[in-house]
Amino acid sequence: MSKPVSIKKVKPNYVSTTNACKLCTPLGASLAFRGVEGAIPFLHGSQGCATYMRRYIISHFREPVDIASSALGEKNAIYGGGPNLKKGILNVMKKYEPSLIGVATTCLTETIGDDVPRNLKEFRSEFGDLDLPDLVEVSTPSFSGTHTDGWHGAVRSLVEQLCTTRSADTGRVNILPNMVSCEDVRHLKDICRDFGIHATILPDISETLDGPALEDYVKIPSGGTPVAEIKEMSGARGTIEFGRCLPKATGGTSLEKTFGVKNHRIGLPMGLRESDRLFETLETISGKPMPRRYELERGRLVDAYVDGHKYVFGKRAVVYGEEDLVTGLCAFLSEIGVDVVLAGTGSRKKGLDAAIAQVTNGVARMAPEVREGVDFFDISEEAASLKPDLLIGHSKGYRYAKAWGIPLIRVGFPIHDRFGGQRIHHLGYRGAQTLFDRVVNAVIEKKQADSSIGYGYI
Amino acid sequence: MSTILDERKDQIHRTGEGAIDIACNRDSLAGAVSQRACVFCGSRVVLYPISDALHLVHGPIGCAVYTWDIRGSLSSGPELFRLSFSTDLQETDVIFGGERKLEAALDELIDRHSPKAAFVYSTCIVGLIGDDMEAVCRKMTEKKGIPVLPVMSEGFKGNKRAGYLAACKAMFKLIGTGDTSGISPLSINIFGDFNLAGEIWIIREYFERMGVQIVANVTGDGRVADIGRCHGAALNLVQCSGATLDLARMMEEEYGTPYMRVSYLGIEDMADALYQVADFFKDKDPGIVDRTRVLVREELQKLMPELARYREDLEGKRVAMYVGGSFKAFSLVKAFRHLGMEVVMVGSQTGTKEDYAELEQITDPGTVIIDDANPLELSHFIKEKDVDVFVGGVKERPIAFKLGVGFCDHNHERKEALEGFVGMLNFAREIHSSVMSPVWQFAPRRANRMAAAKKEAVNE
Ligand code: SF4
Ligand code: SF4
Repeated sequence: MSKPVSIKKVKPNYVSTTNACKLCTPLGASLAFRGVEGAIPFLHGSQGCATYMRRYIISHFREPVDIASSALGEKNAIYGGGPNLKKGILNVMKKYEPSLIGVATTCLTETIGDDVPRNLKEFRSEFGDLDLPDLVEVSTPSFSGTHTDGWHGAVRSLVEQLCTTRSADTGRVNILPNMVSCEDVRHLKDICRDFGIHATILPDISETLDGPALEDYVKIPSGGTPVAEIKEMSGARGTIEFGRCLPKATGGTSLEKTFGVKNHRIGLPMGLRESDRLFETLETISGKPMPRRYELERGRLVDAYVDGHKYVFGKRAVVYGEEDLVTGLCAFLSEIGVDVVLAGTGSRKKGLDAAIAQVTNGVARMAPEVREGVDFFDISEEAASLKPDLLIGHSKGYRYAKAWGIPLIRVGFPIHDRFGGQRIHHLGYRGAQTLFDRVVNAVIEKKQADSSIGYGYI
Repeated sequence: MSTILDERKDQIHRTGEGAIDIACNRDSLAGAVSQRACVFCGSRVVLYPISDALHLVHGPIGCAVYTWDIRGSLSSGPELFRLSFSTDLQETDVIFGGERKLEAALDELIDRHSPKAAFVYSTCIVGLIGDDMEAVCRKMTEKKGIPVLPVMSEGFKGNKRAGYLAACKAMFKLIGTGDTSGISPLSINIFGDFNLAGEIWIIREYFERMGVQIVANVTGDGRVADIGRCHGAALNLVQCSGATLDLARMMEEEYGTPYMRVSYLGIEDMADALYQVADFFKDKDPGIVDRTRVLVREELQKLMPELARYREDLEGKRVAMYVGGSFKAFSLVKAFRHLGMEVVMVGSQTGTKEDYAELEQITDPGTVIIDDANPLELSHFIKEKDVDVFVGGVKERPIAFKLGVGFCDHNHERKEALEGFVGMLNFAREIHSSVMSPVWQFAPRRANRMAAAKKEAVNE
């Protein structure tokens, strides 16, 4: 693989953000908590944070998203938020009857130094006579991390705080799928079922954030990972966690370290080769060959790759978003001959560079410029000279795609300017198929629109 | 178990059931999942549409991201306001203070974008670490030669209303800085209209047809220079529940500019607003009264027959609404009467005692009036009142939809102009297109009821 000479711009000391390409930490934690059965996310901080995050999440999923808040005021900010946290939990218990409350801190409570674990301990002893839900806490200051840290942190907290004893062999497999769409989780469930594997997918947002129309307003939507199963994750045959940019310690590593549950860390199964890794891992764990329907899906995908290769070969793409999604996209794009010219994420120090090199090894014609800790201003400054043909990422890149006159292929979160964001399929052979069709069609559409002739056959 | 927490019972009232004494303007209850945001949100709402200013959020990233271009406010020129700027505070800033970073950010961003002014919003964390934002802003004002204004909007220091006040204080510093020559004696400023979906352009056109000059539309399609000279106008028109009332009061005190409260929603209130202005100026220009009358007549002649068509379908349908400011609710109650619809629940995030008393006056007996509601309460009353359509914002929409109830987006994110006479028609169309959609037949709540009714009919 040849790396083009690139003049590494020495960036001046970073001072401000224009149009951030990341979200704040508790948002990721809230999303993860929403994927647990009977759970409600609870933000320990002032009211605004919770409301803003609800609004943001609702726009993508178009589902009710109730996130409680300890609604701290000025006095609490000075004297500590403990009493409000306890009162808030009691109120949530009264109204929502949750089986689990996931408490995430905010910048405010991190700064005033509220000791949430201690508060929860006190709470448990003060109200021990009540039928208490499980309480799980995670520290999520946004001044040192992004929403992906919040997500992974919450998953790890769920595992470590709920799965505290060694369980007998359950025969199950733990899957920690990373921040993927509801459709992706549904697809994973299908795959596991077809392999005859009982999987504990943590979190499972497939129903809780994309629920059916119902007769009544449910306080907490059905679905989600059962708490009882989380408590037994130590008895699983193995864990598969998705992500090549994960923190060192995760739910998966913790289960391995404490209970010896083998942790298989693979990338997000995006594109052919990364999906192959998932299926190989499943074959290893289950001892069964890949079911025929996935053989066929794989075959159709290769067939489509061949049918469509000319439309996309050599096209230049700018990719942005969560570090692992970006890595997965690079894996997929490189194998269809699209040159990723810039890969950017708002997170820092995630090893994105190495992860991309790994997944594109042997297929990519060039290594992309990789940028961590960027905002859209940075991306657009660099992208202007890179002359991309495609922009791939969430909705927030729209104004840039528009300015450059190139298609935006919407993936990931948030999708605020299109319908069905929660049903975008990214994973597995079929996810790759969906993405491939969309990329090819975007290129065709652009060609058609730009042509004075208006080819009816392309 | 009841849906309503004891501590919230005095924030709910039913019209006709005793004297109204709603508790309001309280801090939201911990754990109640309030629909409200924070002080910062309040000031962001008011100042955001000043389109040629730089809006820098001093704080960690989230506060800026979640308010990035989420409003439907349009600009006829500059688009600077639609970008999201943040100092994106990091751990070291939290420990050592963010003043230097703020200064550097202003330096960088002002040079890059040449704004006419800069607003710097403080968030919770800034209030805690004790950055002296005012000092930094003062310094940068001098250095850059444009007003750099601190907005003291720490989220936890009250609710949204406190944010309105913080915004008004910041804006007030701009007023009086510009040249007022050439301003007509028949001139107004428009306060509290956010130019959602271009609504202010509709309103401006009416006033221009009446012969009234608009000096500044302060909170919608706003410009720093216009605001600087808006003290030269003869009258301030204030819309919306108190978002800019404080500013109008400050101007009255400082410059003697009188103000009027108006609403551009619905037929009566729109016409009223125009007539009030005509009345105000009639001594200076007696012709204005007639011109206004002609305008209103022309508009109504176009509007009424079309409204009648929608009314045929909508007659008797039930409405619930949950809005930010209660002033809007008054207009909506009247607007729904024109469509023959019945309002059965009205709630607001920031109503005052007086607002709720007035709501009780204009609503029918049994109407639920509610302050600072949450999803469970809203869904409870939607069901109890068997509502056909719900009016609210993004966070309320999925509540209605889950219950199989139509929805009309009537908050800051709307992309459909609903003000003025033409807006009334859009409003009717929007309500109609939601209420009359066949999809509700399939939503389980109604589908099951229809199935049960059918069964009964067969059995009889
Ligand atoms: S941190 Fe404070 S200012 Fe920012 S959104 Fe939360 S409550 Fe509002
Ligand atoms: S204060 Fe922190 S947690 Fe709250 S919205 Fe801002 S960045 Fe997010």
